[in-house]
Amino acid sequence: MSAAGRDTRAELQAVAEKVVESARRAGAHAAESLVRDGSELHVKVRLGEPELVQEASSRALGLRVFSEQRAATSYTSDFTPAGIERFVRDAVAAALLSEPDPLHELPASEELARADALPELELWDEAALAVDAGAALAQARRGEAAARAADPRVTGSEGASYARVAGAVAFATSGGFAGAYRGTYSSLIVEPICDDADGKKRNGYWWTAARHLDALEDAEAVGLKAAQRTVAKLGARKPETCEAPVVFDPEAGRALLDLLFSVIAGGAIWRQSSYLVGREGSRIASDLVTVVDDPLIPRAPGSRPFDGDGLPTRRNLVVEGGVLRTYLCDLYSARKLGRRSTGSASRAIGGNPHSASSNFILQAGASKPNDIVRGVERGFYVTDMMGFGFNPVTGDFSRGAGGFWIERGELAWPVSEATLSANFDRLWQSIDAVGDDLTLRTATAGPTFRVAGMTVAGK
Amino acid sequence: MAPFASGGAFAIDAGLAGQILAAALGRGGDYAELYFEYRVSGDFVMEEQRIRTVGRGVLLGLGVRVLRGDATGYAYTEDLALDRMLEAARTAAQIAAGGGAPEPVRARPVELPSFYAPAASSLAVPGETKLELLRRADRAARAYDPRIIRAEVTLSEEIKEILIVTSDGRLARDRQPLIRLGVRAVAEGPGGRRQAGSSGGGGRLGLDYFDQPAAAPEAHGREAARIAIQMLDAVEAPAGEMEVVLAPGDSGILLHEAVGHGLEADFNRKKTSNYTDRMGRPVASALCTVVDDGTVGKSRGSINVDDEGNLPRRNVLIERGVLAAYMQDRISARHFRLDPSGNGRRQSFRHVPMPRMTNTYLEPGTDHPEDIVRSVKRGLYAKRFSGGQVNISNGDFVFSLTESYLIEDGKLTAPLKDVNLIGNGPDVLTKVTAVGSDFKLSDGMWTCGKDGQSVPVGVGTPTVKIAAITVGGTKVQK
Repeated sequence: MSAAGRDTRAELQAVAEKVVESARRAGAHAAESLVRDGSELHVKVRLGEPELVQEASSRALGLRVFSEQRAATSYTSDFTPAGIERFVRDAVAAALLSEPDPLHELPASEELARADALPELELWDEAALAVDAGAALAQARRGEAAARAADPRVTGSEGASYARVAGAVAFATSGGFAGAYRGTYSSLIVEPICDDADGKKRNGYWWTAARHLDALEDAEAVGLKAAQRTVAKLGARKPETCEAPVVFDPEAGRALLDLLFSVIAGGAIWRQSSYLVGREGSRIASDLVTVVDDPLIPRAPGSRPFDGDGLPTRRNLVVEGGVLRTYLCDLYSARKLGRRSTGSASRAIGGNPHSASSNFILQAGASKPNDIVRGVERGFYVTDMMGFGFNPVTGDFSRGAGGFWIERGELAWPVSEATLSANFDRLWQSIDAVGDDLTLRTATAGPTFRVAGMTVAGK
Repeated sequence: MAPFASGGAFAIDAGLAGQILAAALGRGGDYAELYFEYRVSGDFVMEEQRIRTVGRGVLLGLGVRVLRGDATGYAYTEDLALDRMLEAARTAAQIAAGGGAPEPVRARPVELPSFYAPAASSLAVPGETKLELLRRADRAARAYDPRIIRAEVTLSEEIKEILIVTSDGRLARDRQPLIRLGVRAVAEGPGGRRQAGSSGGGGRLGLDYFDQPAAAPEAHGREAARIAIQMLDAVEAPAGEMEVVLAPGDSGILLHEAVGHGLEADFNRKKTSNYTDRMGRPVASALCTVVDDGTVGKSRGSINVDDEGNLPRRNVLIERGVLAAYMQDRISARHFRLDPSGNGRRQSFRHVPMPRMTNTYLEPGTDHPEDIVRSVKRGLYAKRFSGGQVNISNGDFVFSLTESYLIEDGKLTAPLKDVNLIGNGPDVLTKVTAVGSDFKLSDGMWTCGKDGQSVPVGVGTPTVKIAAITVGGTKVQK
């Protein structure tokens, strides 16, 4: 099977091509196959002792077949020849159950990404693979120890985890595409616990993650920051219910960007499941807001050299100075909306392709994060959010939130058990400051930003 | 039939399992366990009045766990060839650093109860029969009202076969069916205003589930449409603390978040839960008896055996307000010197088991549900939910309402826009001031996430009144 470090791209691509060919022989008019392998290392330390060492490699095979304009999807982890044969036969038979859809056609060959000229995105790092279970445990231990030593008020620990995944993916279609790429991703998270005066526990965390090992933050620095963030929550309480300006730190703001993507995704638009239906070309945010989706950033977490339809990926300017420039579409969504794909398809191992973000980034603004806070007389600085309260059809947004209360431009006291609400349309239109503190640690990323007014519910 | 079943291509018997377990214990581990899984799933999606997707999946593999003290070594393989299984066992074994020759394991079959046994697996039923269920739901949703502009229907089904063999001699095989039908409807009102509504149900059942009138595809289609239409008139929800009445059934998600997770033994063993060291002490109003019960017939969260080979039970977690038990997996039970409570669950063979809920519910009380609503001067009536989340350490939890109403002078009045409630688990349960006699279990739709692992669960509650909880609306009350 896949071995850590061995380049399996050609092997996986050969499997994908063979499965496509079998599907054709079994009667499919067209077929697409996605094959993945991966290895994982996951270790956890708590109070200095190892709690978990998990190591494994795996692979999986996905297939979509078309019979005329009928489609079926399928996946298996059973790679025995008999298993694959039955898998292909079942998928072809299943397609006859679906109903014809005239948009079910593979992309034209001239639209396809050129597999011999894929962009080099530096997603793979041999050094990341050299970290074995022992070295990973040592990193986790260092991170946790630094957090526990940082402050006497750190009284417990959820532990520290080091994880690494490495994997390759190959995609082949009967329309003439066959390509593969591979990537690594390592991360370290430290989660200290404090005991608060009222008997409550206060938990916090900090983490680092990167495709290349040399971009990981030092374990001790991660632990120290985790401790600082956790201790800062001691004494947290509910604020009074009010309307107030709200500042989102980059960790909390990311959740709002993910929701923004969900309402500009082509699939949400043709399903009329977005309040942004019919808003392309118009203002959807304040002029400080520029958002790009860029799958071509070297070494970035969300980069990909081709998309889930086999089309070339490209940088898309999504929101420019507050104006919605484009929805992000996979091929099917684009056809539904009568346009061309933006190369934004992703597909899970056994699913239909769907519109998905890559590196979805709120561009940095000109403000210093400190100045953004300093400009607030009385408001809420949000560092974490909870829950799922968002209705994409109406844009009604309501979530749990924690962080700090701002008084006269300073973080005055910690807040917990509050909720934030606003209509999403108004929220984005009333952003009145965007920070310069953008980092690309995660695929969805943004700097600190401030919303002029939201409802904060507490007491 | 699973490839590891007797007669399958990779048939596993006690002898072969013993050989793999011996490799797993070859470095001096205290305990080892094999978890074989074969899962076949299917899904059907209908949108725009067309069966758009027919999907199928097969998951097959072995997970090997080795314990040494509180430390876990874990490895898995999708290839059930003997050398690959032994390699996984040797990888997991490395959590221990010693050597030696372990005692040979002779596992014996454990007698299992039968809380679900559908006459016929839905996967064996011809696809066309299932497509008709989707069409019926779709037609009913669209026929409900001309303002319904879209309907989407999904049917998911799976059969999971597991074989667990432990180094302390237990061997258990189970077959766990699971089905779920879901409908989502979108309504369009004046000025192009849109709203969506959802309804769904299922459990560890065969297709005969849909023969009950309340579970018929038409019922879910109409319910989704009803909510979408109703919500066209929704007004801004209030912001701030209010009295809240929970409708019976799905509101059990509040319990699941507010107290359920905090009573999973791993958090208490590690002293990271709000409920740590509070056994035998009052943690809720005396009206509250909270139970986790894996033995409810055919419910989505039920199991005949947990994923560590232990039998499920009815566990009373809080008895008349007093903390009575945590939910245990093997590691925690040993720490607390208790028997495992049948709560060791995992998402798949690629995941380690941990204490998880099964079906978590609040026992019925004696209040009449109508009297409970009538007793509220101004408050909120919570009926449908999209989900919830909890912070185990400080006890803060949220849940998101997709259908709720204002209560004014004892009557339900305006429907409210989607709103989030936030509370603190131990605090909220002390504020339960009325518990209805109308207990209802959720109709199989909930999936619980913990540490990145998802498992199907059930929740349930009668009508409940809570004296004060923070409502996260947009309208600040003067």
